[in-house]
Amino acid sequence: MTVAAAATPGGGDPLDPLEIARWQFGITTVYHFMMVPLTLGLGLLVAILHTMWVRTGDEKWLRMTKFWGKLYLVNFIMGVATGIVQEFQFGMAWSEYSRFVGDVFGAPLAMEGLLAFFVESTFLGLWIFGWNRLPKRLHLATLWLAVIGSWISAYFILAANSWMQHPVGVDLVDGKPVLVDIGAVLTNNTLLAAFPHTMAGAVAVAGGFLLGISWYHLWQRRRDGIDTVDARGRVVVGEAPEIPGRDAADHRVWITSLRIGAVVAIVGFGAVAITGDIQGKLMYEQQPLKMAAAEAACHTGTSFSVLSIGELGAQDCDKVTPVIEIPGLLSFLAKGDFTTDVPGINELIPQYEEQYGTNLPDDALYGDRAGQAIQYLPIMEVTYWGFRIMIGFGALAAFAGVVALWLTRKGTVPTSKPLMQLAIFGILAPFGANAAGWIFTEMGRQPFVVAPNPNPSGVDGVFMFTAAAVSPGVDGGEIVFSLVSLGLVYLVLMVVEIALIVRYTRAGVAGVMPELFAPHDDDTPDPDGDAGDRDDVLAFAY
Amino acid sequence: MDALPIVWFVAIAVLWTGYILLEGFDLGVGMHMLFSARDEKQRRVMLNAIGPVWDGNEVWLLTAGAGTFAAFPYWYASLFSTLYIPLVLVLLGLIMRAVAIEYRGKITARRWTRFWDWSIGLGSAVAAFGLGAGLALTTTGLPIDANGDRVGGPFVWLTPVAVLGGLALVGFCLVHGATFLALKTDGPVRERMGRLVPRLAPVALLPIAGWAILVEVNDGKVLSWVLLLLAVAAGVVGWTMARGRREGWAFVGFAVFGALGAASIFAAVFPVVLPSTIDPAYDLTIWNAASGAYTLTVMTWVTAVALPFVLAYQAWSYWVFRKRIAPHHLPEAHDVVPAVRVAAAPAER
Repeated sequence: MTVAAAATPGGGDPLDPLEIARWQFGITTVYHFMMVPLTLGLGLLVAILHTMWVRTGDEKWLRMTKFWGKLYLVNFIMGVATGIVQEFQFGMAWSEYSRFVGDVFGAPLAMEGLLAFFVESTFLGLWIFGWNRLPKRLHLATLWLAVIGSWISAYFILAANSWMQHPVGVDLVDGKPVLVDIGAVLTNNTLLAAFPHTMAGAVAVAGGFLLGISWYHLWQRRRDGIDTVDARGRVVVGEAPEIPGRDAADHRVWITSLRIGAVVAIVGFGAVAITGDIQGKLMYEQQPLKMAAAEAACHTGTSFSVLSIGELGAQDCDKVTPVIEIPGLLSFLAKGDFTTDVPGINELIPQYEEQYGTNLPDDALYGDRAGQAIQYLPIMEVTYWGFRIMIGFGALAAFAGVVALWLTRKGTVPTSKPLMQLAIFGILAPFGANAAGWIFTEMGRQPFVVAPNPNPSGVDGVFMFTAAAVSPGVDGGEIVFSLVSLGLVYLVLMVVEIALIVRYTRAGVAGVMPELFAPHDDDTPDPDGDAGDRDDVLAFAY
Repeated sequence: MDALPIVWFVAIAVLWTGYILLEGFDLGVGMHMLFSARDEKQRRVMLNAIGPVWDGNEVWLLTAGAGTFAAFPYWYASLFSTLYIPLVLVLLGLIMRAVAIEYRGKITARRWTRFWDWSIGLGSAVAAFGLGAGLALTTTGLPIDANGDRVGGPFVWLTPVAVLGGLALVGFCLVHGATFLALKTDGPVRERMGRLVPRLAPVALLPIAGWAILVEVNDGKVLSWVLLLLAVAAGVVGWTMARGRREGWAFVGFAVFGALGAASIFAAVFPVVLPSTIDPAYDLTIWNAASGAYTLTVMTWVTAVALPFVLAYQAWSYWVFRKRIAPHHLPEAHDVVPAVRVAAAPAER
């Protein structure tokens, strides 16, 4: 803060609050959304596994519930902890945004708390501590309620985000949006596409997670000489009593988990693709420049660029040359046919300038940026590659699922170590796809924080430039302080979380059900897990 | 529909009070884990007394924050941006504390559990202090201009009132947490806390009384004074009961003290939600900070339908876990070991 103000493109202050606040929002949100999809997807799978155990009584399902449930909880808490930052951040760093959208935007957040978070956290506490204490079916119901709560919370937060992409349900009164139809906000067509898209992405994350970790265990069993294959390549399941957890049933745990994971990854990607296509068509109507920037397409046309070379960073689409194109595909993504012209950047920018001006208004809200020329083109490097990384990584995970099902058709995995490492590494692909998708959709909305959507799709005049959204009273140094301190804490916690997941992963089922493999004495808990009355010791304690 | 902002002022007061009453003892237990527990077993007894319910309690904070955003966006925007630094500290405290509660028992190494003990203890203290400071400042005022933005540097909030408010919430949480532990545990922790509460309460509750009196002297009304007197009476009852080791009644007494104390403060400042110390003309009130009538109506319906359910199932979860936690209830902590054939993997670790 003592550095003399140098002339930077954004404003006079080298610690430009707007730029730092944007980095902070991006970093904290992407980080939060590393934990959240795993929570949403894995929660659903654990609830299904738990249901299978209650319905069949097969211990395999109980083992899977306990193992994946433990990893679910290790991850869950990180989503909770980093979620509070998200809610506070709007008021702290984006007070002007909060004032502008407050009439609309706070409501879904408050509903998220009242209708979702309370359910999620109360019932998850009941599930964690309810083993052997609640009746079996009631105990199962608590998990379902927690998972449903988390899914509902995703709906409300996506309702808030979708409103920023496509503001509906409001009137413009004295220059501000005033809510007139909550139903329109909660049934925003952008939301109805974004919710299944996001949830399918979350499910795909969980699929890859099961696939990679189960692969490791099947591989480890082969490496340790427990499982072998016969002459026809079919698995011969063995046991290793000296290694806790490595009994014959253990094999069933991992092969079943692996197959579920692979199928879920494939189905998840299929659903992501279908819903993504619906989103693309909405985006073409609601934010055409985002679509054009995703293509780095100067000129109106019908071709989708598989690879473009040139200077994406120059922010000049004339310096970008598509080298591989698929004719008609862009029209298909945007309109569902192969011939409709999709407007390019050179056509769209003059339209934006005509509707929303060439320069930011001379208003104190814009600080040093008042009167500056508006850059309507989102950062093309981000939009172009974000779009492609999203699709590529997503497809990679589905492809891995298909390959995994084929390679394990005879009941176990190959002994190859690189292949195992690839399966573990592949866990990251759907995470990458999720992050890239969000970075694309949020950066592609710039320079707006609330994207304009003219009548009749949206409401004329309801939009906000990001440059006007930051807190006027907060200075750059403060936001640097929060960015650095949150960043360091986040970094440490990510290392800790991954270390714990690795630790539990390597331990397998014995790590979460030590009683199953302990030398048998009279203290072993109820095998059927019914509400125990003969044992005073808690089934679980911190 | 002039009643709606009043309804929502009451609703926000209820949400913040609910938060202080519920997470209040969680935060106090967190601090006692660090400062009052004598050994590992006592720390685990304390942690597991709040284990199943702490996360549900914390949602009251999220809902109070989001409710303020929805019903009074101008209040939310001005308060949260003006208190930027203390809220960053609150967030850091809450993050470390939440993760610590879940991760502490995952590894038994002393360095591991000790690190998380500090995270829980300090995280709880910092969160309580920061939130107390913030709540005190929104009742006594901050330097905000006509737009509601802070005038002055990042530390302009750091006033004696902020310190008083911070100490007020920390002190209340310590007493509330100790009373809770006396009620919810058995064995050495129950005994220690039973002895501690009567000695702790008269000192630790002074700052919160100081804050309440400060607000009353400035803005008091008949109603708020009556509420304050009732609060003090409840506190005295709680203290007397704690002396007689009537743990349940002691808990009720101090909880009612907290609830009526908060009610008296909210009643005193009504209808101002954030006074400006620069010019009373810039005060944020329930009239100029509120959302529109439609939004408030929608939120009223949602809250009226949802809150009874929330209270019911949260109460049920307390009922399920009503049993006192005693040392012999805790399963042995255990470490997890890799399921690998050691001889077959000489290169591993």
